Amino acid sequence: MIINHPLLGPRDAVEFTYLGDASLIDRPDWQADSAAQDFYSYLYLRDNPAGEHRELWFHEAGDRSWLVVTRNTVTHEITRVEMAQDVARARGRGI
Amino acid sequence: MRYSGFRLIKEALTGHTGWTPVWRDASPQPRYDIVIIGGGGHGLATAYYLAKEFGQKRVAVLEKAWVGGGNVGRNTTIIRSNYLLDGNEPFYEFSLKLWEGLEQDLNYNAMISQRGILNLIHSDAQRDAFIRRGNAMILNGADAELLSVAQIRARYPFLNFDNARFPIKGGLAQHRAGTARHDAVAWGYARGADSCGVDIIQNCEVTGFRIEDGQCRGVETTRGFIAADKVGCAVAGSSGRLMAKAEMRLPIESHVLQAFVSEGLKPVMPGVITFGAGHFYCSQSDKGGLVFGGDIDGYNSYAQRGNLDMVEDVCEAGMALMPALGRARLLRMWGGIVDMSMDGSPIIDRTHIDGLYFNGGWCYGGFKATPASGYAFAHLLATDSPHPTAAAYRFDRFEKGRMIDERGAGAQPNLH
Repeated sequence: MIINHPLLGPRDAVEFTYLGDASLIDRPDWQADSAAQDFYSYLYLRDNPAGEHRELWFHEAGDRSWLVVTRNTVTHEITRVEMAQDVARARGRGI
Repeated sequence: MRYSGFRLIKEALTGHTGWTPVWRDASPQPRYDIVIIGGGGHGLATAYYLAKEFGQKRVAVLEKAWVGGGNVGRNTTIIRSNYLLDGNEPFYEFSLKLWEGLEQDLNYNAMISQRGILNLIHSDAQRDAFIRRGNAMILNGADAELLSVAQIRARYPFLNFDNARFPIKGGLAQHRAGTARHDAVAWGYARGADSCGVDIIQNCEVTGFRIEDGQCRGVETTRGFIAADKVGCAVAGSSGRLMAKAEMRLPIESHVLQAFVSEGLKPVMPGVITFGAGHFYCSQSDKGGLVFGGDIDGYNSYAQRGNLDMVEDVCEAGMALMPALGRARLLRMWGGIVDMSMDGSPIIDRTHIDGLYFNGGWCYGGFKATPASGYAFAHLLATDSPHPTAAAYRFDRFEKGRMIDERGAGAQPNLH
């Protein structure tokens, strides 16, 4: 697989390590009344779709940036690559 | 039809005209007591034990394609019970004991060969860990023996004992472990279940569950609605997308695991070996091919094929352990979709929906578990209580902090 890095251009996927579903950006509020249940869902439960999947890849052997890659889990086709920090900011997460 | 040496001679003398199909091609009935989704090893074993051990008469297995076309036909055929943790070891030892009696039980040649497995040790710390694991195995009634380098050299002289980075310092052997003919396991269970009256329905894909007032009433399929008092799901890598139809999210990610086989060689590998400094395991099939594999690719996939970097990674580990491997040609490689759970251990449990039961999360180690998985799932479906060896495989262990994490990798499925 080739990941088209927004800053560095096309890079071989072996340069990256994989974390998982991009929903891991949405860390729950630890002060909420429902925090225990929220963190259980956040940490352990997954949508695990067959088809389009947004996921976190880390450019470990490169510029060490986190990317959000939109990839089809049935065909391995990558349709979109974004900087994870841009995605996180757009969702109102601080850096 | 019962198979025997006498039957074989009789058929040989009469032109092999008397063999009959091994199981019926059943059509779905409108209603069953228990429906099993998934005609793989675990689903067929579940149906077999439901009918034979738990007296269930109206059982069906629904398979979306053909029997045994998924992971039971794609694995590296290793059977063993060399686990450490209390939640796992009694279960896998129960499984190995069922393997030992399986062929007589099924009257079917599954080519079970207890040729032994050897986990190689490359450091002092690893020796300590393996001794501990061996002791845990013995405490649970399994067999384990610590082998010296000299003992290993006698059996596997071609290994790279003096590798500068990963010298071989010993090994933990389980002599009762071995291999089985994986397709024959599926066929044997299918035949056994069929002869006990189970309907095996192929080309019948489940498209949804009929759930009313928190109770599962049956399944919608490509061949119409099938009513059932209880529905058991055993679909391995497809667990996520099947259970999504019941609006469940699972502690599971689907990943691709590749396996490899070399061209046929003369006998060189007497048992199963695993490399302790990388992830590589290898045995030799009865046809002569070296069957080997390593890590999963590491990203979510339903593609049943992997990428070349993992081919390189597995072959590198193989070359580090046994340099002679480089002289053999790679004949075939393939991928299977494995249901990687959050702690690397499986789930055999009821769901929050009455009448809906789940068996999955086998990661890349489901084949060796086939008999015990079937038996324990049948026990759960028939009695509504977990089998004693599978009592820890609960859905709520993640919420309660009772993980069974052999690898100690945490909630990161691609690391287990």
